[in-house]
Amino acid sequence: MGKNLIELNHISKIFDGEQVIDDLNLSIKENSFVTLLGPSGCGKTTTLRIIAGFIRPDKGNVIFDGVDITDLPPNERQLNTVFQKYALFPHMNVRDNIAFGLNIKKKSKSYIDDKIKYALKLVNLDGYEKRNVESLSGGQQQRIAIARAIVNEPKVLLLDEPLAALDLKLRQEMQYELKKLKNELGITFIYVTHDQEEALTMSDTVVVMNQGYIQQLGTPEQIYNEPENAFVATFIGDSNIVHGVMLEDYLVEIFGSPFKCIDSGFGKRQPVDVVIRPEDVDIVDINSDKAILKGKMIGAIFKGEMYEMECRTNDGFEWLIHSTDLVEPGKEVGIFVEPENIQIMNKPASEDEEAVEVLAELNEE
Amino acid sequence: MKKRFSIIEIIKKFYLFIVLLFLYMPIITMVVLSFNSSKSRAKWGGFSFAWYKAMIEDRYIMGALYNTLLIALISSIAATIIGLIASIGIYNLKKIPKSIFMSVTNIPMVNADIVTGISLMMFFVAFGISLGFNTILLSHITFSIPYVILAILPKFRDMKQNIVDAALDLGATPVQAFFKVVIPEIMPGIVSGFLIAFTMSLDDFIITYFTKGAGMHTISTLVYSQTKRGINPSMYALSSVIFGSVLLILVISNFVSRAKEEV
Amino acid sequence: MKNKKLKLFTIPYAAWMLFFVIIPIFIIGYYGVTDSNGNFTLANIFSITQYEHYKSLFLAIYLAIICTVICLLIAYPLALILRKLDPKLSGTLIFIFLLPMWMNMLLRTLAWQILLERKGVINALLTMAHLPTLNIINTNAAVVLGMVYDFLPFMVMPVFNSLSKIDDSVIDAASDLGAKYHTVLFRIIIPLSIPGIVSGITMVFIPALTTFVISNILGGGRILLIGGLIEQEFMHASNWNLGSGLSIFLILFVFVFIAISMFFDDEEELA
Repeated sequence: MGKNLIELNHISKIFDGEQVIDDLNLSIKENSFVTLLGPSGCGKTTTLRIIAGFIRPDKGNVIFDGVDITDLPPNERQLNTVFQKYALFPHMNVRDNIAFGLNIKKKSKSYIDDKIKYALKLVNLDGYEKRNVESLSGGQQQRIAIARAIVNEPKVLLLDEPLAALDLKLRQEMQYELKKLKNELGITFIYVTHDQEEALTMSDTVVVMNQGYIQQLGTPEQIYNEPENAFVATFIGDSNIVHGVMLEDYLVEIFGSPFKCIDSGFGKRQPVDVVIRPEDVDIVDINSDKAILKGKMIGAIFKGEMYEMECRTNDGFEWLIHSTDLVEPGKEVGIFVEPENIQIMNKPASEDEEAVEVLAELNEE
Repeated sequence: MKKRFSIIEIIKKFYLFIVLLFLYMPIITMVVLSFNSSKSRAKWGGFSFAWYKAMIEDRYIMGALYNTLLIALISSIAATIIGLIASIGIYNLKKIPKSIFMSVTNIPMVNADIVTGISLMMFFVAFGISLGFNTILLSHITFSIPYVILAILPKFRDMKQNIVDAALDLGATPVQAFFKVVIPEIMPGIVSGFLIAFTMSLDDFIITYFTKGAGMHTISTLVYSQTKRGINPSMYALSSVIFGSVLLILVISNFVSRAKEEV
Repeated sequence: MKNKKLKLFTIPYAAWMLFFVIIPIFIIGYYGVTDSNGNFTLANIFSITQYEHYKSLFLAIYLAIICTVICLLIAYPLALILRKLDPKLSGTLIFIFLLPMWMNMLLRTLAWQILLERKGVINALLTMAHLPTLNIINTNAAVVLGMVYDFLPFMVMPVFNSLSKIDDSVIDAASDLGAKYHTVLFRIIIPLSIPGIVSGITMVFIPALTTFVISNILGGGRILLIGGLIEQEFMHASNWNLGSGLSIFLILFVFVFIAISMFFDDEEELA
C-alpha cells in the first residue's frame, strides 16, 4: 500500500482533568480502511475529532500529506466527516444539504448538479433531490450524510459510528455498501465504532483502543487470532483466558498439564496469559490420548449456527466452547486444543489489568 | 491563532459584563437609595434604615402589599386547579378541538395587556359587577390559567401511557391511579405552573389598573399613582425588599430543583 | 390517561374562557362600532385618521420596531455566547440574566426614571467625573431604553432556547464541509433559530407597541403612544366607544402576530 497520509505524533488530550488520550502515535496509509475500535470513553471519537479539527490536542501534532495541520480549523481541512446522528441540516432539502460544501467552494451550478446526481446514484437514492431530509428514514438520512461528505472529494472520509442508530439488518447491509463505496471512491476511510463485528467485517486495519491508549493495531485476522493482551482478547469475540506457565519453547503448562503451542522466545517458567477461542476448544473422549484436561459438561445453549456449551474441568475452570455438535450436559469429557489455536500473551501491565476489570463491569451490565 | 482566540474570549466576557451592568444598574440604584438618609436622589446623605421603618409604618404601602400577596396567592391556586382540570380534558381531545382550545388559550398570552384589561373592565361593568378586589382576582385567574396549562400539558404528553395501565393492572381504581401515579408524575409541571401564575400576578400592573376600581391598590398601582406625585423614598425600600424576596425564592427553588436532579 | 369521558373536564375551562376572554373581546367590538347612545357608527374606528391618533399609532409602531431590533441585536449575541458555555455555567448565567424580569415592572421602570432624570443618578455621576450630562429623560430615546430594559428578557429566553436546541454536530458538519464562522452563522445557526427569533419578536413587539406605562413614566407625558391614548379615553376622558375603536387596531396587530407565529410553529413541529 501507499505512503502515510495521516500521522498522529505524540497526541495527548485532557478533558476536565481526565486524560482522554495519552501520547498516541498512529500512521494511516493512503487508500486504507482503518477502524478505531473500543468501548465508550476509550478515546476513539476524540481521536477522530482531532483528525477532523474539532478538537485541538494539548500536545503533539497532526500531519496530513506531509503538512502539519494541527492548528488548521476544520473548514480548511481536506477531509470530511459522516456524523453519528447524521447531522443533516434540517432546514434544507436533500439537494441543498449535499450542495452545501460545493456552494461554499463556489462551484458552478452545472458542476454541482452533476456531482449531486453522481453522489445520489452512488448511495442508491437517485431522484431524492427535492425531498425534505426530515421525511427520510434513518438509513436514507445516513446515505445523504455520506453523499454530502463525498461530493467534496475529500482525501479522507471520517465516519463516527455512522451505523449506530440503525437497526441490525440495515446495519449489516450498510457494512457491505460502505466497503463497496470505499473501493469505488478509492479514498481513505477512518471509521470509529464500538462494534467489533463492524470493525472486523469492513477494515483493512483495526486499531483497538482503551483508556486513551492503542492496545493493538493489525489486520482483522491478526486482531482476532493473535490478540496481544487480555483486553483485546476479551473485547474481540468470546474467549477463554487462562493462566499458564511457559515450560519451554513451544510448550505451555495450563492447570498442571502441558499443551503444545507455536510460540517461542518466552523465558523458562515465565507466567503468561493463554487465550483460547471457544470454537478452538475440542471436546474429545475422556479416555482418548488427546484428553489433556478432564472435566464434565455443565451447560448447553442452542445459538442457531452453533451450540454454546460450558465444561468445568477438574481444576474448577469453566471453559466456553462453541461447536456445531451437541454434547449433553452431565457427560464426562476430555479437552484438547490444537497447538496453532493457542495464543500466548505476556502478563498485562497494570494499565491493561484495569482495562479488563472495566470491561468485566461493562459485561455485567 | 492562539492570541486571536483569547481576544475573542475577552470580548465575550466584556459583552456579558456590559449587558449585566445594564440589567442590574437600576436595581442596584434602588437598593443604594433605599439606604440613603437624604431624600435627594443625587446626594448620598449617609447610611440609614429610616425608609424601611417608614415603609413598615405606612399603612397604604402595607395595605397594598397585603392585597398584592393575597390576590397572588388565591389567584394562582385557583388558576392551578382550573388549569390542571382543563389540561386533563385537553389532553383527551382529538386533534381539531384540541387546536381550537390551544388557540383560545393563546389569546390572553399574546393579546396586549391593555386590551385584556379594558375588555375585562367593560365586561364587569356590563354585567353589573362592581370593580374591586374580586374583579382583580377574576382577572388574574384569567390571565394565569393559560400559563398553567402550558406548564402542565407537556408533562401529560411526556408521561408514559403504560404507567396508568400498570397501576390499573395492579388493582388501583382510576381515581387512585390518578392521585398515586399521574399526579406525582406531572408534579413538576403543576409546581412550575403555580409559580409562574404567582409571579405573573405579583408583577401585573396593566390589567390590575383597569379592573381595580377606585380606592383599591396593589403595589404596582400604588407605585404608578406615586410616579405622578413624586416618589416617596419608602418605595425604594419596598423595591429592595421585593427584589430580595424574589431573589431568595428563586435561589432556593433553583437549589431544590438542582438537588432533586442530582438524586 | 386516555379516556373519552375525560374530555368533559374541558367544560369548566371552556366556560371560563368564554366569559372572561371571548365575550369581553366581543364587548370591545360592540363598543368600537357604536356611539354613546348605542347606535351603529364607524366613527370610532375612522377616528384613527385624525392627526393626533395616527401620530400616536405610528410613533408607537416606530418605537416598538426600534425596541425590537435593539433587543434582538443585544439578545442574539448574548444567547450565542451563553450557548457555547458548559451547561452548568450557562444555566446559572441565564438565571442571572432573567432575574431582573421577576422584579415588578413598575419598579424597574421607575428605577430608570431615577437614573435618567436631569438631576438623577447618572447625571450626578457624570458631573462628578466632569463629563457633559445626559439629557434624554422625556424623549423617545428614554422610552425606547425603558422598553428595551423591560422586554429584553422576553427576547433572550426564546432565542436562547432555540439556539440550545441546535445539535452541535450540525454546526460541526457545516464547518467540516468548509464553512467559515460567518457562513455557519448565516446559513445554519440563524435559519435554525428562526422560530425562537419570531417568538421573541412577538413577545417584545406587542407589549412595546401597546405600553402606556413606560411612555408615561419615562416620557413625562410628552410622548403619547397609542396605548396611552386608549388609557386616557378609558380612565380620564371616559369615552369607551372611542377607546374601543382604537383598541381594535391593537387587536388586529395581535392577530397578525398570532398568525405569523402559528405558521412558524407548524414549521417547527415538522422539524
